[in-house]
Amino acid sequence: MLTGPSLDRRHWLQQTLTGLGVGFALPALDAVAARQRGPARPTSLITLFLAGGPSQLETWDPHPGQKIGGETTAIKTRLKGLRIASDYPLTAGIINELSVIRSLVSREGDHQRGVYLIKTGYRPDRTLTHPSLGAILAKERWDKTIEIPQHVSLGGGPRPARGGFLGAQYDAYKIYNPGKRLRNIASQIKDKRQLRRLRGLKVVSQTFSLGRLAATRGTQHQLMVDRALAMMNSDQLKAFQIDDESRSTIDLYGDTRFGRGCLVARKLVEAGVRAIEVTLPGWDTHTNNFEGHHQQAATLDPALFALITDLKQHDLLDSTIVLVLGEFGRTPTINPLDGRDHWPQGFSCLIGGGGLAAGRLLGATDPTGRKRKPDQPVEIADLFATVISRMGVEYGKEVITPIGRPMAYCEGTPIPGLL
Amino acid sequence: MKVLRRVIPLLLVVVGLLALVQAIAGRPTGDIATPLRLADRFAADDSTTRLDEWFQGRWRDEQITPAAPAKETTVLRRLSLALHGTVPSLEELRQFEADSGERRLERWTQRLLDDSRYATYFSERLGRALVGSEKGPFLAFRRDRFHAWLSEQLAANRPWDQIVTRLVTARGLPTGEPATNFITIAQIDDEIDEEVLAGRTIRAFLGQRIDCAQCHDHFFDPRWKQAHFEGLAAFYAPARFSPLGVDDNLKAQFEVTDHENGTSRVVEPQVPFGREWLPTEGTPRRRLAKWLTDTRNQRFDRAIVNRVWGQMFGRPFSSPVDDLPDPDDPATRALDLLAEDFRSHRRELKWLIHAIAASPPFRLDSRPHVSNDSQTSELSPEELRRHEEAWAVFPLIRLRPEQVVGAMLQAASIKTIDRHSHLFTRALRFFGEQDFVQDYGDLGDEELSEQTGTIPQALLRMNGQLARDLIKAGAFGATTSIARATQGNDALCLKSCFEVCLGRNPSAREQAVMGGWLADTRGRRREMAVEDIFWTLFNSPEFSWNH
Repeated sequence: MLTGPSLDRRHWLQQTLTGLGVGFALPALDAVAARQRGPARPTSLITLFLAGGPSQLETWDPHPGQKIGGETTAIKTRLKGLRIASDYPLTAGIINELSVIRSLVSREGDHQRGVYLIKTGYRPDRTLTHPSLGAILAKERWDKTIEIPQHVSLGGGPRPARGGFLGAQYDAYKIYNPGKRLRNIASQIKDKRQLRRLRGLKVVSQTFSLGRLAATRGTQHQLMVDRALAMMNSDQLKAFQIDDESRSTIDLYGDTRFGRGCLVARKLVEAGVRAIEVTLPGWDTHTNNFEGHHQQAATLDPALFALITDLKQHDLLDSTIVLVLGEFGRTPTINPLDGRDHWPQGFSCLIGGGGLAAGRLLGATDPTGRKRKPDQPVEIADLFATVISRMGVEYGKEVITPIGRPMAYCEGTPIPGLL
Repeated sequence: MKVLRRVIPLLLVVVGLLALVQAIAGRPTGDIATPLRLADRFAADDSTTRLDEWFQGRWRDEQITPAAPAKETTVLRRLSLALHGTVPSLEELRQFEADSGERRLERWTQRLLDDSRYATYFSERLGRALVGSEKGPFLAFRRDRFHAWLSEQLAANRPWDQIVTRLVTARGLPTGEPATNFITIAQIDDEIDEEVLAGRTIRAFLGQRIDCAQCHDHFFDPRWKQAHFEGLAAFYAPARFSPLGVDDNLKAQFEVTDHENGTSRVVEPQVPFGREWLPTEGTPRRRLAKWLTDTRNQRFDRAIVNRVWGQMFGRPFSSPVDDLPDPDDPATRALDLLAEDFRSHRRELKWLIHAIAASPPFRLDSRPHVSNDSQTSELSPEELRRHEEAWAVFPLIRLRPEQVVGAMLQAASIKTIDRHSHLFTRALRFFGEQDFVQDYGDLGDEELSEQTGTIPQALLRMNGQLARDLIKAGAFGATTSIARATQGNDALCLKSCFEVCLGRNPSAREQAVMGGWLADTRGRRREMAVEDIFWTLFNSPEFSWNH
């Protein structure tokens, strides 16, 4: 079991390593980010990614009693006039903290392409890889006092968020099993040996950089070793652990991989991490749609409820945007196998926190399912523009890609009702 | 039985130790007489002279003095990484050093090409451009079949135009005719997507990106129009996936739906250039293949030359690998020279690899030349960039995850690990498909785009299970073997560790610092010292960057 290093050990390490000339300095322990609260606190983003394509009809946009509604029933929520699927009684109690968009449109009905669009705001382009939303935020709102990665993907799942043309250093740091022991973090040897090794590494690196100093620096090899060392010896690593959380807190989230992921996400936000995605796979219900969604809800409902409640209790919701969505929705038509197929028109998401408007309901789908296009359609890029600009970054900012082509972070415009 | 079980491992250790002592002591084992064949033919013609002259001219014009020649063992390391995805074993290094014959590097290039590891590894690399790297059980199975087939073609040194023709025109079941996977991998929702195939064809076989023209005329590149893209996609319209596998429905037409107004129109097959060499007879896919591989189609040869150059150096001659300027563009003249010679050598990939391995840049040191009157012994980043762009220095390139795994496995073994070694297949499958490649970060189709290091990579090398298992002293590990076989000779011990991991001898300063770890050690303490040396070398930039 990994616990954070003691203050004494940390101090000792810092002294010794600095003495070695190993160029790494630990940032101030009580980093400002971890303490600040309220609107002054830099904003973070938590994306709950529902991989496989959740049905809007079985989540936030039910149409009970209609032909397309299937067997799903609806319940009232804390938000006047809003009814959601009855599998979400806990969410119904906190949904007033968020807004509901029922008119998302995507142009990609294939999982791979759909996930790409949802994570980057762009359609797949074989000539370059766009950065994911989290990577853009990690780059633009980099916090020097954070010793752990500032872009994190929890719970595995397909196609974790990438840095794309911004570079591999902005790829999400992947934790497959949140709350469990971190992989590759503990050196597993005594400090004395570790220091000997680092001393040796310094000598061997110097030999290599002789005559190729500029090129060696360009590799960032040493920088990454230093950052890895800082991370290995950081108190902030505790944010990845949940063993200091009470049993009741863990149970509140639901002791599932996704639930633990949401709890870790809250802790990472508290530590100042910029962007976190938590993935819940299993939504691709081409058969037995209703049973499948019922099961998924048993995981999502408590976790989402606990996350919002917990963020509020820690006074972090005002500085944390929470976004809940999948790569597309599911067809209004129910297929012969009692399933629903891919539907990139008029699907739903939840968004809120971080100073965004709460309690808004945007867009609507046709209860008969005959009209394909939803009212007030919202493009993924608009969702991106909203989040990026709320985080204090110019959403249309152009960066030059490695192939020399200027590319805006986002081609959408912020959704007026949410800012 | 119990006794036997105890004795066998012991015997293995003894046998292993004997082989090892021999290897460390510097006596080569095995047969070093490598037949020349292609290497002979290669040396016999003067086709590389023009390339030499071109580079010399370029350096003269830009007033750059190229780096000094690299040590031949360093060049061997580059070759081994590019062609086998691993570093040379100590065994191979010893044989190489003992080889005093003429044209040593050319003969060793041939030797590496004849090794089955070349076909296996290189087909994985080339395959990325042909069938992508998207995961998924069904795709993985098809890809395996495809790689096995491509690997056979490479081993047989089948000319590139023949390989491409087979890919573009393949018919039949993906299991019986694995080349059809080039077509079937572009299947989206039961239909074969002509546009995916068109994009891949243009990028992989012509080294151009017309994909932007899929939806509109290319914004930045006036050469390509939407009509070009659609015209090429139309050649694939008949391809379909029937119960009998891939075949052609010659009645099928390519219909495009307008993005703006939703109307449909039929597009006829047409090529964006070189209409005169498009045959009028044959199925659309056959006509396309003939047009692609026509000897007048300079783009076809330039594309593969640039790609193979990229695999050899880790950086394509012209980046990105599939967005080349027009033929005869002065800046990429080297590609034309190589392309011309490639054509006149039956478009054999092994010949091309020989030519690139013998090109002046491949033999240069990775330390740039610094003029004598310079104040420092280092180039500024800007100056280095200039040297790198002129290929006047060998670039430092991050190794692929498979190369790092391969190098670690090889370093921890002494004896050459090849396909016949049980451990290699097992370990590579286990580690390759598992955490290491995933954690290290697989660039997929973009593997020729350059990247810096990352924190997960550093953590993986420093603390990861694979590295830990490999350096941990144990009955079969190199650490134990080296520690024991060199008892009483610390200098030899350190030298062996350096040679195994980095293929060079320790410097005086390295000797002073790390040699001290070994002084007066025996047993477990000595093993620990060797473990620490291995850890240090595994984590050095020299180990995980090609130089």
